[in-house]
Amino acid sequence: MAPDVLLRVTGLHKSFGSVRAVNDVSFELARGGALGVIGPNGSGKSTLINLITGFVKPTAGTVELSGKDITGIAPHRAVNLGIARSFQMARPFYNLPVYKNVVIAVYSPRSRKRMGAEYGDRDEAAIHLLEEVGFERDSQVPYKKAGELPHGYLKRLELARCLALDPDLIILDELFSGMSMSEIASVLPLLEKIRAAGKTLIMVEHRLRELFRVIDSVLVLHFGRKIAAGPPAAVMEQKEVMEAYMGVEVKA
Amino acid sequence: MSRLPFRTPRGYRRERVDRGVKVRSDDIFVIASSRDLAYVVAPRAVVVLALLGFPLLQSVVSSYWQTVILNTLVMSLLALSWDLLASVGLVSLGQSLFFGLGGYTAGYLNARLGLGPGLGIPVATLVGALLVTALLYPLLRLRGIYFGMITFALPLLLMRVIETTGFLGGTEGLSGLTALPGRTTELYLVTAATLVTVYAYRRLSTSDRGLVFHAIRDNDRAVMASGYNIQWYKAQAVFLAALPATFAGALYTHHYQFVGMPAFAMEYSTLPLTSAVVGGAGSFIGAVVGAFILVPLSEVMREFGSLRVVIYSVMLLVFTIGLPEGIFRFVVRKYSQFERLVPIDDDVQPGVEHGGGHGA
Repeated sequence: MAPDVLLRVTGLHKSFGSVRAVNDVSFELARGGALGVIGPNGSGKSTLINLITGFVKPTAGTVELSGKDITGIAPHRAVNLGIARSFQMARPFYNLPVYKNVVIAVYSPRSRKRMGAEYGDRDEAAIHLLEEVGFERDSQVPYKKAGELPHGYLKRLELARCLALDPDLIILDELFSGMSMSEIASVLPLLEKIRAAGKTLIMVEHRLRELFRVIDSVLVLHFGRKIAAGPPAAVMEQKEVMEAYMGVEVKA
Repeated sequence: MSRLPFRTPRGYRRERVDRGVKVRSDDIFVIASSRDLAYVVAPRAVVVLALLGFPLLQSVVSSYWQTVILNTLVMSLLALSWDLLASVGLVSLGQSLFFGLGGYTAGYLNARLGLGPGLGIPVATLVGALLVTALLYPLLRLRGIYFGMITFALPLLLMRVIETTGFLGGTEGLSGLTALPGRTTELYLVTAATLVTVYAYRRLSTSDRGLVFHAIRDNDRAVMASGYNIQWYKAQAVFLAALPATFAGALYTHHYQFVGMPAFAMEYSTLPLTSAVVGGAGSFIGAVVGAFILVPLSEVMREFGSLRVVIYSVMLLVFTIGLPEGIFRFVVRKYSQFERLVPIDDDVQPGVEHGGGHGA
């Protein structure tokens, strides 16, 4: 047993009508750990995240954060307890300038409480965070309307929004999708830095090679069920995982 | 500037350029030059002085047109209220709910508890706004058209409740209420309320709270994911939006010394919405501009009877399609820019940005 479990998910179920989106999923994540959640499309990855962050209420099962039951908590409460998430479909505040998008998170109750003095001027803090995720400070990009940004920038904007909340647990829903190789390459060191700062990470990803450079364990979902879990190399060797991913029967 | 031809000649395109004074006056250096200062202050001063001066012209202006202006300002308050709600993404089709609750609260305070207008109007404004907020609180999860439908239905529902139960005077309403001291007081009260509301709402929309309101309209899930209780923020917006509307209702009650079921009339829902859209939603000044166009226009068109509704609808259509930014933003643009003809250069790629600084 890991001595310091940050997140414990036990027997989580979610049914949408007769569809079992998440079916009896359990796992533990130690503080400072990094978990990758993978699986084919429609396997329940995003639903799992929505269940942990309170955007969707589970049909059964529990979610615990540092031993505290947070099952079905309101999304803003989850944030205030230290869980920040990004969205798979990055939808920014289109009409606001990019840096104002981050100011929203900088001004949020959690950030004000925890980072109040450190953030000081909110606009400045926002631009600093944008610089952190790779927006060029001296360019016009942070001042553009968020609706004009290309997809890869939107994903990094989501990341900046998460970081502004000074979370303990960061959940990134397909951060790499829509990013170019060079963008991913520039974000990887940042993710390592986040881990080095002691933050716990959950990443839902399809880009496995890049994912495995960041995380130390992986959870595989298929039709809502957990079919494998463990260190990436060992998990990817398993027959069921290969079948789920390749869509063919793998001859033993 | 010489006038440009209505049609752009072949081989040319129109280019809009910010006036130098506009560029300078975006900055604090405007105070360095009296001409620049005038450019910034004059339009605001003219409007404010006109509004403040109007009640003094009672010997010149007929009583009828004084009432029209009073109605216009009351409609402005309702349009402002609509505009603030829209800024959080709550599109209301029932400003008459706000108006009616303010009016009935003032009527109740006066008729049953004997409160005079001096205390009754402020209390009715606050209590009415709290009632509105409490009534709409469970509905704040609804978005878009669903919220609109409910707000449309609520005043009709309250009207029928009053009619069938006989509560608050039933179909008779509450009459014989205390009058306000005079026309000048009425006009100044409603003028002051309009100016204060415009100023306060514009300040609010540039504040951090206003930023959160704006963000909720764009994408409420991302606001939730940033740790905000959006239900609570929407409730704040409803309360702040209700204040001018319930004030208008309370003032009207004492103006007519009567409050009855017509306080929930559809007119108080449709006109504010149309005003805000025609004037330019989101700017708050636009809502007032819209009211100042529509209400006097509707007085002039009184002889057309119910055909007026058709004319509003057509205007709403024309403006949403033809000038979605609204009259106010259009005028501001014309005030701060000039147009010139530029020969089209085939070598230059379209869509390439021409300089221009970024706002911070």
